[in-house]
Amino acid sequence: MNVLLALTFSGIALGAVYFLAASGLSLIYGLMDILNFAHGLFMTLGAYAAWDVASHLPVSWGAPLLFSTALVASILGGALAAGLTEVLIIRPLYGRPIGQILVTIGLDLAVVGLLLGGFGSNSLSVPVPLWLIEATHVGGLSLPNSDFVALVAGVVVLVSLELFLRKTRYGITIRAGVENRDMVSALGINVGRAFTLVFVIGGAMAGLAGLLYAVVFSGDLISPTQGDSLLIFAFIVVVIGGLGSIRGSAVAALIVGLVQDYTNFYLGSHPGMAEIGNLSVVLLLALVLEWRPRGLFGSTL
Amino acid sequence: MSPVVRRSALAVALVALFAFVPLIGLHLPWVLPSTVNVVNSTGTLEVLALCFIFAGVALGYDVIFGYTGLLSLGPVMYFATGVYVFDITLTHWNWPLLSALVATFAVSLVLAVVFGAIALRVSGIAFTMVTLAFAQAFYYLIEDNPHGLTGGDTGLALFSSRLPGFMSGAVSNTRNLYWIALGFLVVSYAVVWLVTESATGHVFVAIRENERRLEVLGIHPFRYKLAAYTLSSLVATGGGVAYILLIGTAVPSAVASVTVTLSILIMVVLGGAGTRWGAVTGAMLYVYLQQYLLKVAAEPSFATLPAVLRVPLSQPQFLLGAIFVLFVIFVPGGLAGVVTRRRLRTAARRFDLTSATPTTVPMEEL
Repeated sequence: MNVLLALTFSGIALGAVYFLAASGLSLIYGLMDILNFAHGLFMTLGAYAAWDVASHLPVSWGAPLLFSTALVASILGGALAAGLTEVLIIRPLYGRPIGQILVTIGLDLAVVGLLLGGFGSNSLSVPVPLWLIEATHVGGLSLPNSDFVALVAGVVVLVSLELFLRKTRYGITIRAGVENRDMVSALGINVGRAFTLVFVIGGAMAGLAGLLYAVVFSGDLISPTQGDSLLIFAFIVVVIGGLGSIRGSAVAALIVGLVQDYTNFYLGSHPGMAEIGNLSVVLLLALVLEWRPRGLFGSTL
Repeated sequence: MSPVVRRSALAVALVALFAFVPLIGLHLPWVLPSTVNVVNSTGTLEVLALCFIFAGVALGYDVIFGYTGLLSLGPVMYFATGVYVFDITLTHWNWPLLSALVATFAVSLVLAVVFGAIALRVSGIAFTMVTLAFAQAFYYLIEDNPHGLTGGDTGLALFSSRLPGFMSGAVSNTRNLYWIALGFLVVSYAVVWLVTESATGHVFVAIRENERRLEVLGIHPFRYKLAAYTLSSLVATGGGVAYILLIGTAVPSAVASVTVTLSILIMVVLGGAGTRWGAVTGAMLYVYLQQYLLKVAAEPSFATLPAVLRVPLSQPQFLLGAIFVLFVIFVPGGLAGVVTRRRLRTAARRFDLTSATPTTVPMEEL
């Protein structure tokens, strides 16, 4: 029972990271019809920005302050990368949807190549406070503190994103744009600005996801290709949840995180099944599509 | 001479020229991708053979992406099927060559029909994502090394007594493998040419242009989409077989990762999606540049450059990615687009628009 609870908890934490990675992707697709391959790059750049800041600031700041600064750096790094991407290479291609997908693929390859050249393919270690590596004991369970951080980050982002999309003028513009982009521009609202905004928000969440993934699941290590492997799961979450739906992404992220965690634990120890967690997620995708081709919360495709 | 005759003559001449390359011991400095600057050196022949293999695979991919307009990210799955099923049946099970070949294509056919049918239940971006997810699952499966079959990360070398001597991976056999690769390209070209010029091929293009209209005409697009998907998958499998014969070792990161798919996509877009020669040219250029840039980066004088220049220039992945981004933004339609536009302009000047109509219609949107 305790094992199951602990597994559930770490599955939810994994789901929180998937949600951060997937929700921006889903918004960008919903508003702009772009399958953003550079999203994995934003995650990687966020993680590298965090590493850069945390390893160059004076150690006298103390680990907690260093790590908080690194968190902020990952968010800003992801947001900056995404904003520049939208303005410099997506904007010239408005009206050419496949062209937009292709440039994000090219950008991802190019910048990952640059990172490989600059930092090498070996992993770098992000300095984190000792507290983050320890665990908290709750009623006989030993839960990693990093999982709590991921969980809190996921919930905070989900709540603020929902508030932003429902209560603010910009948020309502974005939601209207997801619903019917042409109608919004026909009403004289500047959709181009919403495009950039969605990229910046998505990039910020991706940057945070990149750092948290490293902290929670890969022992504080970051590598140039890490974002690309995380991106595949973000894609799967987006399709299962329904393209363009934030709530769909949240629910799907939880399901995917739990399924992956359970199957990894119960089946992954058998010989030749080390990748069963990843495989079962793809199987889940196939099943959901057979049952609901538009995903759990998808309305239109 | 009519354009068709002229073009066929050019194609035959090019194939003949390339077929003679292994016999030419010409010394060519600067342009060759290997450190030995001789045209028929092993290194150069291997790179050229790799160019042919990916040109064939890119042609097959052009059928689903360029002609039918479906952005599939699954081709690597069928390429890897070609590599691994052929390798496993020969190396582990010691099957005769012919049985191994038949088994490889049979497995690929079954996979393509099953996964194609599932993925084609959704359209647009969702289709792209599903094909990507399947290909990635396949990659995980290979990495997992089930029952020690694939060798996992360490890879699986092709080694079989059933392989005819002239095909084995010995260095002296490189020219034979070069001819096999060229043969694969010629066969793929012939198949893709026959299909895309047939009535079925015209339905493919119609799906790309307006699927709804086809349905109104009473044609079920699904069957045709699945046919295009399967054809391109089988061609990719052929490429995988030629690859494992040439390279001799199957490593997941080189033959099964998503990077391979993206490279194939880039090749087709660089050359011009929806045209046969565009896909071939794009792939040859891509592979050649990739190897050539590696050679340049390894030269001693390169190390003296300042880091700001040396680091980006030593990464073919960076350079090719950047070239690709610039191409998509500034050269829509790739190389084929440039040629088509120029041809149309010349023709318009002569008021002779009939001869200017390209036999194949490139994808306009790119």
